[in-house]
Amino acid sequence: MTHGFAFDVAHMLAGSLVLVSIAMLYQDRLYALINVLALHALVLAAAVGWQAYIQQAPHLYITAGIALGFKAIVIPMALRRMVFRLGIHREIETVVSIGLTMLAGIALVALSMMVMLPVTAHADPVAREDIALALSVVLIGLLMMVTRRNAVSQVAGFLSLENGVNLAATGAQGMPLVVEISVAFSILIAFIVIGIFLFRIRERFDTVDLQALDAFRGERQ
Amino acid sequence: MIEPTLACIALLLGLTCAAALVAQSQLGRSIVYGGSLVAASASLLIALFSLAAAPSTVTLPIGLPWTGAHFRLDPLSAFFLVVVGLGSIGASLYALGYGRHEQDPQRVLPFYPAFLAGLNLVVIADDAFSFLFAWELMSLASWALVMSHHREPGNAHAGCVYIIMASFSGLALLLCFGLLAGSTGSYAFTAMRAVHPSPGIATLALVLALIGAGSKAGVVPLHAWLPLAHPAAPSHVSALMSGVMTKVAVYGFVRIAFDLLGAPAWWWGTLVLAVGGITAVLGVLYALMEHDLKRLLAYHTVENIGIIFIGLGLALAFGANQLPAAAALGLTAALFHVLNHAVFKSLLFFGTGAVLVATGERDMDRLGGLIHRMPKTAFAFLVGCVAISALPPLNGFVSEWLTFQAILLHPDLPQWGLKIAIPADGALLALSAALAAACFVKAFGITFLGRPRTRVAADAREVDRFSLAAMFGFAALCLFAGIFPGVVIDLLAPVTQALTGTHIPTQLGVEWLSIVPIESARSSYNGLLIFLFITVSASLTVLAIHRFASRALRRAPAWDCGFPDPRPDTQYTGASFAQPIRRVYGAVVFRTRETVTMPPPGDTGPARIEKHITDPVWDVFYQPVASAVSHLSLVLNVMQFLTIRRYLGFVFATLVILLLALALWQ
Repeated sequence: MTHGFAFDVAHMLAGSLVLVSIAMLYQDRLYALINVLALHALVLAAAVGWQAYIQQAPHLYITAGIALGFKAIVIPMALRRMVFRLGIHREIETVVSIGLTMLAGIALVALSMMVMLPVTAHADPVAREDIALALSVVLIGLLMMVTRRNAVSQVAGFLSLENGVNLAATGAQGMPLVVEISVAFSILIAFIVIGIFLFRIRERFDTVDLQALDAFRGERQ
Repeated sequence: MIEPTLACIALLLGLTCAAALVAQSQLGRSIVYGGSLVAASASLLIALFSLAAAPSTVTLPIGLPWTGAHFRLDPLSAFFLVVVGLGSIGASLYALGYGRHEQDPQRVLPFYPAFLAGLNLVVIADDAFSFLFAWELMSLASWALVMSHHREPGNAHAGCVYIIMASFSGLALLLCFGLLAGSTGSYAFTAMRAVHPSPGIATLALVLALIGAGSKAGVVPLHAWLPLAHPAAPSHVSALMSGVMTKVAVYGFVRIAFDLLGAPAWWWGTLVLAVGGITAVLGVLYALMEHDLKRLLAYHTVENIGIIFIGLGLALAFGANQLPAAAALGLTAALFHVLNHAVFKSLLFFGTGAVLVATGERDMDRLGGLIHRMPKTAFAFLVGCVAISALPPLNGFVSEWLTFQAILLHPDLPQWGLKIAIPADGALLALSAALAAACFVKAFGITFLGRPRTRVAADAREVDRFSLAAMFGFAALCLFAGIFPGVVIDLLAPVTQALTGTHIPTQLGVEWLSIVPIESARSSYNGLLIFLFITVSASLTVLAIHRFASRALRRAPAWDCGFPDPRPDTQYTGASFAQPIRRVYGAVVFRTRETVTMPPPGDTGPARIEKHITDPVWDVFYQPVASAVSHLSLVLNVMQFLTIRRYLGFVFATLVILLLALALWQ
């Protein structure tokens, strides 16, 4: 019974992560997007924390803490500041088409189920569900990066993608802590670099719309 | 016994690092080449002692994680270590003198020991990863050496062609090992021996091995880099590349075809025989058209690789038909020729290097009469020429004779394909041997005989003692292996024993030092006897000529000292010597055209003869590939300037398509 309950909660949390991912696809305003990103990280922290509890792996609590501290609080606040200072908080992005994107997202979830469930037939059921759902989170993050034009929302897509990777890693038992921490740091550094670049781009070109950058690339001169 | 060999290789790699520091100084040359000489000598001694020993293996914790690097020293490796060791000793000794004339030693010294280390590592590697790593080390180090004089015209092009062909050979071998690893996925050679691939896979692996090793060895039509790269490198490196590296490539083929693949199919033999025959004849025909000494030697390497592959093809054909004795004979002939070619081709490249040092010229039409200025080099070069022309009593004759003995066993085979292919190959081999003799008459005659054609040839001076020592050492080896071939054949016995299950009869017990490859009623050869006969009869002839002809009274026109026309231009040139053969074969194979332009009456301009030679291999194989690649890159050029989002989109689409394929596949 306890195993069944543990499995159900893990399943629910991972499923919520997918749900939040799809919700993120829907957001076309930057502040709302950042809020959903924070929620995404919060759900991830809960999922990882639950994994730490059922696997009795105390080091996963650190991972959950990193997810909660950095990804759910620090990064969204920083992004919010950035958006405010760039003065793009009112910007409504031109997305491909929200309905189509969401349909594509649903198709991606189905695809990752179709791929992962037969492959991991002999694996531990908790890990199995986790990995299938994590793959859909990764794919939706990538879809987000492909369909958005604004650099800030690409950053959000990238971060949600990383959350998916994190979920898969914690679902598989025996992931060393040092890997976790180094991944967390690399994300932080990537975030800082992207942030600096955003301001530099803005300084130079007066916009963070990546479409505008293409015209300035060296090859096109 | 493998640990000392690895220690030698470590010494060579250490020398590479040291060379980077001391290359600029005067002492650098002595340290690098002296150290290489020591390491190569040690490696040669170890290899000689382990020829008959049981295989020894070692696994080092480097390379791929969980796999490690496997090394193994068995008789086949030991034999090729002997070849590599001999070549390296000669080249290092030669370079002690030759390297003095190097303008940029810092471009040569660091790569030379690395190249030697790569050569040694390939033959002892016992897993695919180590093998390919060593193979690439060998390719890259030799590429750096080819590019050492990169500012000279043509060298950059040579380097480019060479690196493309080297990567191509690495790719083919990579795919070949991938097929051999099979479903177990283990890249250790011991695991590959245990897996018996299906006939289709095995055939594909053999073809890939033939392409991969063959393009490194110089099999037609993959030989295009040899005549470009060999002249570009310094002469001692040319000798190593031509004499040793192509043999290491042969080792790769032997290792895969005879050891890893398991039982051969009979028609593999036909394939290898066809490739060998065509390579032998085309190589020597190319060589005949050349007047650059190094390019001529490079094309001869192509020819000799053909001869070696004929021997290997015979061994495969006989082995597939359960005729182990005949297979052992074919393999012995091929491996004997490997050793011979390593020795005499190195010797000839040393001689060419000596000529280059003395005159600065490689074009034989600008040389001539060097036998008077450089008698010792001329003598050593002559020995090499006689050996490579397969004339008794030198070593080249023995290995080609053994190949013919194996060819003559073809009536024992049941398949008509082989019954027809093998005599045809015999004819090709005979033709190439005859043409090779003609070619070296040209090479020696035009370069060393006659009168000097240019000022530099007239002022040439004999080279230093180290170079001469290397040349005479190899000339002595040619003679030794020619008059005591039984010693070499007996050394090869453990190798053929391991690969074909048997070996040809032990030769050292035969009376009068004859060799009897099959049985005495059938054929035998005595190099010593022929040597004595030739020495005695030649001495008698010389005596007779001096006695009766030199002192005889002759009448000649007054005041011309025996030379009716004193200008050296009136002598035979390389092109004029080769002209009859070019007319016979060139019209078909090379589409040669000769146009004679006579000045109209009253015009004082000279008459001109122009010849145009087209290389069929470039037209048929390389040009289409090059234009296809260029067309494809033009088409793909559209992809060059996309937005970041589009590139991400491509990544995403690829991922989704692959996942879909995976989902539907299951």
